[in-house]
Amino acid sequence: MDEEDNNLYHDKVVIRLIQFSIIWAVLAMTVGVYISAELIWPSIDFGQFWLSFGRLRPLHTNGIIFGFAVSALMATGFYSVQRTSHAPLYAPRLAWFCCYAWQLTVLLGGLSLLAGWTTSKEYAELEWPFDIVIAVVWVCFGIVFFGTIANRKIKPIYISNWFYGALIIVIAMLHIVNSLAIPVTIGKSYSVYAGAQDAVVQWWYGHNAVGFLLTGGFLGMMYYFLPKHAGRPIWSYRLSVVAFWAFTYSYIWAGPHHLHYSAVPEWVLSLAMIMSVILLAPSWASMINGIMTVSSASEKLKTDPALKFIVLSLAFYGLATFEGPMMSFPSVNVVSHFTDWTIGHVHSGALGWNAMITYGTFYFMVPRLVGVELYSLRLANIHFWMALAGTMLYIIAMWGAGVSQGLLWLSVDEIGELSFSFKDIMSSMTPYYALRLIAGIIFLGGTLLMGYNLFMTLAGKHALKVYAPAVSPAFGVSS
Amino acid sequence: MSALSLHKKIEENTGLLIFGILLVSSIGGLVQILPVLNQQSLQIATENTRVYSAVELTGRDIYIREGCSVCHSQQVRPLIAEVERYGPYSRAGEFVYDRPFLWGSKRTGPDLHRVGGKFSNDWHRVHLIDPRSVIAASIMPAYPWLAKREASQVGNITAKLSALRILGHPYSDEDIAAADSELEGLKEIDALIAYLQMLGTGLSEDISI
Repeated sequence: MDEEDNNLYHDKVVIRLIQFSIIWAVLAMTVGVYISAELIWPSIDFGQFWLSFGRLRPLHTNGIIFGFAVSALMATGFYSVQRTSHAPLYAPRLAWFCCYAWQLTVLLGGLSLLAGWTTSKEYAELEWPFDIVIAVVWVCFGIVFFGTIANRKIKPIYISNWFYGALIIVIAMLHIVNSLAIPVTIGKSYSVYAGAQDAVVQWWYGHNAVGFLLTGGFLGMMYYFLPKHAGRPIWSYRLSVVAFWAFTYSYIWAGPHHLHYSAVPEWVLSLAMIMSVILLAPSWASMINGIMTVSSASEKLKTDPALKFIVLSLAFYGLATFEGPMMSFPSVNVVSHFTDWTIGHVHSGALGWNAMITYGTFYFMVPRLVGVELYSLRLANIHFWMALAGTMLYIIAMWGAGVSQGLLWLSVDEIGELSFSFKDIMSSMTPYYALRLIAGIIFLGGTLLMGYNLFMTLAGKHALKVYAPAVSPAFGVSS
Repeated sequence: MSALSLHKKIEENTGLLIFGILLVSSIGGLVQILPVLNQQSLQIATENTRVYSAVELTGRDIYIREGCSVCHSQQVRPLIAEVERYGPYSRAGEFVYDRPFLWGSKRTGPDLHRVGGKFSNDWHRVHLIDPRSVIAASIMPAYPWLAKREASQVGNITAKLSALRILGHPYSDEDIAAADSELEGLKEIDALIAYLQMLGTGLSEDISI
């Protein structure tokens, strides 16, 4: 192998991961649309256990988080770590192993959920055999990622890599601690934690899976692809550094705010609320940094759908990271908890932030990876408006549903009698659920358009050969 | 060493970066989560709380398998409206034998923590097989297969009780030996109903709030 090939970036695995990510997005969103229809027409499960809401809903969340989001994070992580390290992937075969082993895990894991193998712990539903495989693949992901950084030709480790690094390390820690269980059969185990203690561990995991995967990991995506696409350096590198450490420190405390008014000790809940509010500062610091970076390239915003997606995603990120701390106040949480407001909050993050920044990034990366123009700018622009409309409708529907549920459940008349029966409140949700179904179909439709557009862009093309550039001696690693 | 030059070191060293992330992200867990795991008062059962029988545990595992906790919480909050609607608010000591906990995060349907004893077994049976025959507006899925499958096929009940005993649940040798025969002849729906009927019965009877 000559010197040149030693510097060749491994981009084929990136393309494959993007393809898988889009497939999971379509599948998992389709399941989401289907279960939202089940809440309007409950008999469309046709009495089949594997179409039952209780089994499909975890399939939807796991498909989005572990199929769509993690594949997208692996793809963008592998792409950006090579370019910020000026070095090809460390152990490229291991990267391919991560790619396929992960897809197989999500596929079989999804089938196991349909079969009723579940721990019931949210976003950690997969049973112990999958937990072990996930841990192994995750460690391999870490070896490829940190190995590439260790091999880098340029002295500083760029900020995006810290966020991807925190994603890998913290998710490993959370996953292992929360999954500790005694196996009974191949598809059943009992948690080593019980009752209130299990609740605290689960929400320490559940909240931070959102934190370090859906927030931190995607901030890594933002810190590389936004400046790259805008053609501007990040507005304030120092702010990004402060935001990173403050984010990594404070996020981990916030989990128990999912357990307000429960049997968990009061001090744990108060601390979680305070840290949730503090978390607003580093969350918004990254948003401001991103928006300031793009503000000097605003001309490009008018014409480039990829950049529009990324900037809009930052707006929804700002909304969701503001709404979250508000919902951690007991006085707000008393209304929002257990209602569809929570579902709306999650989707303002998952659709508005995670999906949109991923879409923008895919529109940016895919043509570059194969060295052609995007198949259709027009379709991408239509997709942009469908994604925006779908997300807005979804959030509005769930705010309406959630706030009315929360207030009506709590409502008592002047002599202290309940004003409404649960059944009546539940029956009044149909219009909101119908609006949500429409919103979901619009958003899914946009995702299908993107799938077609990127498929046509990639059709018959091969990954461009891209080589690590020479590094100026001033920044190079001394050998 | 100034903060900036310290940071320059971390920024140029992979090992230090990994160590820094691990250190900073584990503080919260060590200060906030670890003490909860060591708090003895969260592990003391309330007066009438007992381990699940073989049949109830099987019912609970069916409840988990079917994803009931996706739409039903088991956590009554200490609020006037909730205590009126559901019954006494939930205490930590009622959950000491719950692995995993099933408090849930969403009430598409009502809370079930105090559902035990509120409806007859027959009502539950009809409702589980065809919810809309009982409550016309219900959006709950129907579970017809529960009436057909054998409760003894849900999993190895002896192994389950033994595993829970390792975790400290006080099952005797006799309990474990008798487990298989307790499930004999029962359908899944019988086990699930047995579980639902004992839900929330762990408090002393003179507690009304």
